[in-house]
Amino acid sequence: MASADITTREYTAVTEVAGPLIVVEGVEGVAYGEVVNINIPSGETRMGQVLEARAGVAVVQVFEGTRGIDTDLTKVRFTGDIMRIGVSKEMVGRFFDGLGRPIDGAPPIIPEKKLDINGAAINPTSRAFPNEFIQTGISTIDGMNTLVRGQKLPIFSGSGLPHNDLAAQIARQAKVLGSEEPFSVIFAAMGITHEDAAFFMHDFERTGALERIVAFMNLADDPAIERIITPRMALTTAEYLAYECDMHILVILTDMTNYCEALREISAAREEVPGRRGYPGYMYTDLSTIYERAGRIRGRKGSITQIPVLSMPDDDITHPIPDLTGYITEGQFVQSRALHRKGIYPPVDVLPSLSRLMDEGIGPERTREDHAGVANQLYAAYAEGRDMRDLVAVVGEEALTERDRKYLEFADRYEREFVTQSADEDRTIFQTLDLGWELLATLPEGELKRIDEHIIKKYHPKYRS
Amino acid sequence: MSKNSIISKISGPLVIADKIRGCEMYELVKVGEEGLMGETIRLDGDLAYIQVYEDTTGLKPGEPVIRTGAPLSATLGPGIITNFYDGIQRPLDEIRKRAGDYITRGVEVPALDETVQWEFTPTAEEGKTLEGGDVLGTVPESKVITHKIMVPPGMSGKLIKINGGKKTILDTIAVIETDTGTEELTMVQKWPVRIGRPYAKKLDAEVPLLTGQRIYDTFFPMAKGGAGAIPGGFGTGKTVSQHQLAKWSDAQVVVYVGCGERGNEMTEVLDTFPELDDPTTGEKLMERSVLIANTSNMPVAAREASIYTGITLAEYYRDMGYDVSMMADSTSRWAEALREVSGRLEEMPGEEGYPAYLATRLADFYERTGRVDVLGSRDEQGSVSAVGAVSPPGGDLSEPVSQNTLRVVSVFWALDSTLADRRHFPAINWLRSYTLYQDTLTPWFEKNAPPGFMDQRNKMMMILQKESELQEIVQLVGADALPERERVLLDIARMIREDFLQQNAYHEIDSYCSLEKQYYMANAILKFYEKADEALDAGIGIAKIETVPVKDEIARMKYVPGDEFRAQHEAILKHMDEQFAKLEA
Repeated sequence: MASADITTREYTAVTEVAGPLIVVEGVEGVAYGEVVNINIPSGETRMGQVLEARAGVAVVQVFEGTRGIDTDLTKVRFTGDIMRIGVSKEMVGRFFDGLGRPIDGAPPIIPEKKLDINGAAINPTSRAFPNEFIQTGISTIDGMNTLVRGQKLPIFSGSGLPHNDLAAQIARQAKVLGSEEPFSVIFAAMGITHEDAAFFMHDFERTGALERIVAFMNLADDPAIERIITPRMALTTAEYLAYECDMHILVILTDMTNYCEALREISAAREEVPGRRGYPGYMYTDLSTIYERAGRIRGRKGSITQIPVLSMPDDDITHPIPDLTGYITEGQFVQSRALHRKGIYPPVDVLPSLSRLMDEGIGPERTREDHAGVANQLYAAYAEGRDMRDLVAVVGEEALTERDRKYLEFADRYEREFVTQSADEDRTIFQTLDLGWELLATLPEGELKRIDEHIIKKYHPKYRS
Repeated sequence: MSKNSIISKISGPLVIADKIRGCEMYELVKVGEEGLMGETIRLDGDLAYIQVYEDTTGLKPGEPVIRTGAPLSATLGPGIITNFYDGIQRPLDEIRKRAGDYITRGVEVPALDETVQWEFTPTAEEGKTLEGGDVLGTVPESKVITHKIMVPPGMSGKLIKINGGKKTILDTIAVIETDTGTEELTMVQKWPVRIGRPYAKKLDAEVPLLTGQRIYDTFFPMAKGGAGAIPGGFGTGKTVSQHQLAKWSDAQVVVYVGCGERGNEMTEVLDTFPELDDPTTGEKLMERSVLIANTSNMPVAAREASIYTGITLAEYYRDMGYDVSMMADSTSRWAEALREVSGRLEEMPGEEGYPAYLATRLADFYERTGRVDVLGSRDEQGSVSAVGAVSPPGGDLSEPVSQNTLRVVSVFWALDSTLADRRHFPAINWLRSYTLYQDTLTPWFEKNAPPGFMDQRNKMMMILQKESELQEIVQLVGADALPERERVLLDIARMIREDFLQQNAYHEIDSYCSLEKQYYMANAILKFYEKADEALDAGIGIAKIETVPVKDEIARMKYVPGDEFRAQHEAILKHMDEQFAKLEA
């Protein structure tokens, strides 16, 4: 390596190694956030970044772990630059490791630009409000929690639930109505198993999506601290492809829980004051710098839609990771173990699920004029039906009124017919809405208070045939 | 007093400067070669700890730090209304023009446009003695807001010259002879954001801030000059509630602060406010609004400042004699910013890592609300009302931000995730919410609301409370086991919940409901209750009463436009009489 470059400086004064951090002394002109290369005695080179810059001292986090680093021979080279990724259109169809280095055996990328991986906040006045309906072909999403282009909508799941299947099905089937242009997928894996990664790859291969994909893979046995960088590499690539190459990008980030664990590890190593459950107090801000990179920009054609996947520790939605995520993202799909046990796929529990941007993406010209009313009514009716179930458990079905029994039956049919669909079933939004009407028609018409009267007259099966 | 202050350490948004002795606490400083804005938050000998309002990546120890000698201040003058600022009052639109679609560092833009020619009409007379708060003249700032140019607080003296006509904010409009010399005044004054602007006297909260939202106005009214909180987990509708308040509350000026929240939400406000009609003025809502956005991914220190910037702007319009309402979404993000900076300062943490001074800071903020006699020699009142959204982790209100907020606010609108899950919006829990203004506001309602308004409210509240007691029994034995009279009550309670409390923010008509319409809607439901009770007395079974078709008409009353609901109410009462008469026949 040529060290003639005046901005790079090399030091051997590593004075402390603790967890993922090393402290280098006697340094000069080190910038906050600067990238460093670390040559360890075995000849290996690792990458790191300055976390704290003091006069003469730099605290560096090492992405690939500190094993083998010593305080004698290890050389630390400060590059004079912040963390960047070289991006190019050529990246589509390629595989990279968690730090953006090719792992598919093909030659390195010739970058068209080198971009700061931290990006910058989009000026709120430059954002275009997301409102283009994405049809995923999944009734619980399209009908009840509509996804729109430029939205960030995570899947909250638990260990052992089919979140991978759902994420893959969304990636496979997502399209904007009236446009045949498919989404390009950027896939960022953080600490997932080889098995999970293989599942996605087989699925992409099977459906021919592989040539539209950019994958960044940090697997379970890859260095944990690298996971801090992986989503940022992916999103910087996404921003380049979306806003400079006019592509529509779907970013799948899985599993965000592993990302947060890595964040906690660094925070603990720095002996910072912890927030809830040992996660750092700035985790909300940190997560927002990932999630907020979804969106659309006025006057630019492309868009970035994010589907982060996270497993809720112990299925607890109030755990800091899903909790802080939910406060930033525009809704959430929540998978339910109870539904999964009943053998229902996809086990999306619509009651705690939500899409905040739904109202903008549905209605006449976007989907259909009855969409809002139907979704609303299905929600209310299903919630009522679920209450009845609880009641029946206590008092028995005989104690129910006729009306209550109708709701009970509705909830069962709703789960069996509306929620349930196969992993390859791609329902149009119209099929979904008609299915909704079919179920609502089992209730007395007077109960349909959430739907405007003229809509009922137009779409209720009773008046249609 | 060395001039060569330099950076000695950088850690996230916190920078430590060396050789800066003499710098004041909360002084604004420029950090590094790029001159990033920052504020001193701790002094220690030659060192100053600085929170920097911009991203610090790439800063190096040894780069210069320059003092400005002044605290972080808001620029107050014409041009604030309709503007859209970041947390330290930089217009986002101007930043975009200079820096493009992303917010980059070191962009310096004036808070107010210095080129606009405002029409200044003097109202003060030359030769008169003026004091702080007295009006010099007026400027039409927007279609609905007349901006009063005032003598800055603390200044007094004889007005020796005043010039009307087209002026920019840099032009001198008046000259005042004070005890210490002559002062040339422009239309602009600066005010340090962390200090409340002075007023003559604080008044009682006796006028409600009407919001057009049934659950607030009828059940838990807010006062002009009051302080309220909306705590709720994610997805319970905090932001929609805040938007509704900003859109429909009968304040004359709205300050909306998006503090550490989503970028798209601010874009939504920005897209909708210039389109929406204001029910009180007939003009667009934006004509009386100012927006402040420091989204979650913008620098965290500026987020901390955004709340203060917002309330300072609000106080300034209060001083002109306006009723101002300020929405802060969300104060939890502001508290987290405090926590983050406190953590970097390595301060001893209080509960859940929040600094021990969290409670004081929250109280300081909410205490800047109030209805007041304004400063100066005129007899005018203005008010600042503030509603803060709180985002408790996991929806658990026992956490420090919620608890410390509840200690200082008088209105508590409790969002409830079980209501939100079943799409009951606004998801305000009627049993847990409260208002402490009920007593002070009652005289106003008795005088200005339709007669019997308060009675109806109390009756409905009683029904809802009774319902929750009965629900416990129903859970055990089923509704069928209840006496008929109580089953009717359950039915009425359901009508109150579904037909009155639920309000669709996205429905063209239902989004706003006047106090009068609220009264007539409640009236129809309670009349139905009376009729149903009478029918029971006459021996008519509940099965028949439940199927009376007029119930559907009552349910749809919320969608009846403002000029028709009186007639519709009449019609409903008539149909009710007819249909119940038929039952008895």
